[in-house]
Amino acid sequence: MKKTIITVVGKDTVGIIAKVCTYLAENGINILDISQTIVQGYFNMMMIVDTNSCNKQFGDVADELKALGEQIGVIIKCQKEEIFDSMHRI
Amino acid sequence: MINLYEVTETNDMIEKENLDVRTITLGISLLDCIDSDLQKLNQKIYDKIHQAAKDLVKTGEEISREFGIPIVNKRISVTPIALVGGAACKTVEDFASIAKTLDKVAHEVGVNFIGGYSALVCKGMTPADELLIRSIPLALSTTERVCSSVNLGSTKTGINMDAVKLMGEIIRETAEYTREDDSLGCAKLVVFCNAPDDNPFMAGAFHGVTEADKIINVGVSGPGVVKTALEKVRGESFEILCETIKKTAFKVTRVGQLVAKEASARLEVPFGIVDLSLAPTPAIGDSVADILCEIGLEHAGAPGTTAALALLNDQVKKGGVMASSYVGGLSGAFIPVSEDQGMIDAVRAGALTLEKLEAMTCVCSVGLDMIAIPGDTKATTISGIIADEMAIGMVNQKTTAVRVIPVIGKGVGETVEFGGLLGYAPIMPVNGFSCDAFVNRGGRIPAPIHSFKN
Repeated sequence: MKKTIITVVGKDTVGIIAKVCTYLAENGINILDISQTIVQGYFNMMMIVDTNSCNKQFGDVADELKALGEQIGVIIKCQKEEIFDSMHRI
Repeated sequence: MINLYEVTETNDMIEKENLDVRTITLGISLLDCIDSDLQKLNQKIYDKIHQAAKDLVKTGEEISREFGIPIVNKRISVTPIALVGGAACKTVEDFASIAKTLDKVAHEVGVNFIGGYSALVCKGMTPADELLIRSIPLALSTTERVCSSVNLGSTKTGINMDAVKLMGEIIRETAEYTREDDSLGCAKLVVFCNAPDDNPFMAGAFHGVTEADKIINVGVSGPGVVKTALEKVRGESFEILCETIKKTAFKVTRVGQLVAKEASARLEVPFGIVDLSLAPTPAIGDSVADILCEIGLEHAGAPGTTAALALLNDQVKKGGVMASSYVGGLSGAFIPVSEDQGMIDAVRAGALTLEKLEAMTCVCSVGLDMIAIPGDTKATTISGIIADEMAIGMVNQKTTAVRVIPVIGKGVGETVEFGGLLGYAPIMPVNGFSCDAFVNRGGRIPAPIHSFKN
């Protein structure tokens, strides 16, 4: 299964998770895990998602999520899981 | 499963601490392009490089985007041109025409440097080697992206002092040829002792004759990441200091290994090596000198610098070796002056001299790198500096190099601006006492004895 990590960082506001999840649902991206904290008013979320059923190219999803982030005033990054696995797992 | 803390740590390294993959370098053998007809040779070289590297930049950008890790440079290294051009080139202009072909194809495939305008003359020079060396000033002044290197000595063969003498003159001549651009040509010219065949870093990258037809080599970088990690262990013992560097180097190198494997799979080119390097850039927070300061020195160059650099270099290798399946290239901390803001500051403060830099090269990767010296420095003096550095490499069985820039028309205290990754540098004083009689002897220094080590 191809896993992707989505991170959302920015000033906390109403509906961040809702908007991101709506986008993912519309594109057939399944959420496997979510963790989220608020540090000093800053929203910090990580999602592990499965993009197998998504028809779009990885780069397009990353661009669209980035644009969505700009709309709600947060930074959304989309990265393949391997970079974290290789750095933090032997 | 990966957790939020780990994801944040990785992304902080990338966003705040300048973690990047410094270069993906595609090595290409040009041995099958050899032809006695110069025009055919140039065409074959162009075709082979273009075919092999046409997707290099695009692939690098895709990997960068998907993993969210910047890949700063995409580069090419080729077989030393003295070997490839020997049959066809009868004049310096003939050799320079190959440099122009390399420059043209580099522009077309979009790489920022192409290395391998090189000769390997550690024991002796063939007529082709000598002709290539004599063509370097013309080649570097008529091209933009071509890098040149010459291997002048090795632990096994000793030092070719005829070539050392010649390179002193060639460096000066290259400086003269590019005087309009602050002698920039010399920033693309490096001489080596024990040059590795699989180095991905410029200006010294070339594709050795013992390599496969094509190969992917990757150079990683992360001085900012090491510095930030060390900020958390201020005042702790050397044991904790070393463990921290090692763990950080492991993480940094794992990213390089991942990128190398991906690039290799996507380009269908075998993976060669990861170069375990700490390569600075002029950006603030991307400095090897700053790590030395964090270890406990007021400035790079203060007493203790050589010891601090030795431990840094060793821990980077110890951490990196386990992170990668194949390690090679130059592997170690780089200490270029113009490409490292902390080094520049140390020179300006009077803490760092050429002699201290020479001592530092005994314990770290490579050698006297990107050092601007006065434009009136004699060729024999440059040869003397080269000979000293080659001797350090020869005796210590390590790679050493010299990339000095005699800036024509400028003197000590003035500053020279190279731009981009090459940075800027204050011109450093050079010991003015003569070594003419030494350099002019001719011949070669025999290989050192490999026993009775003291």
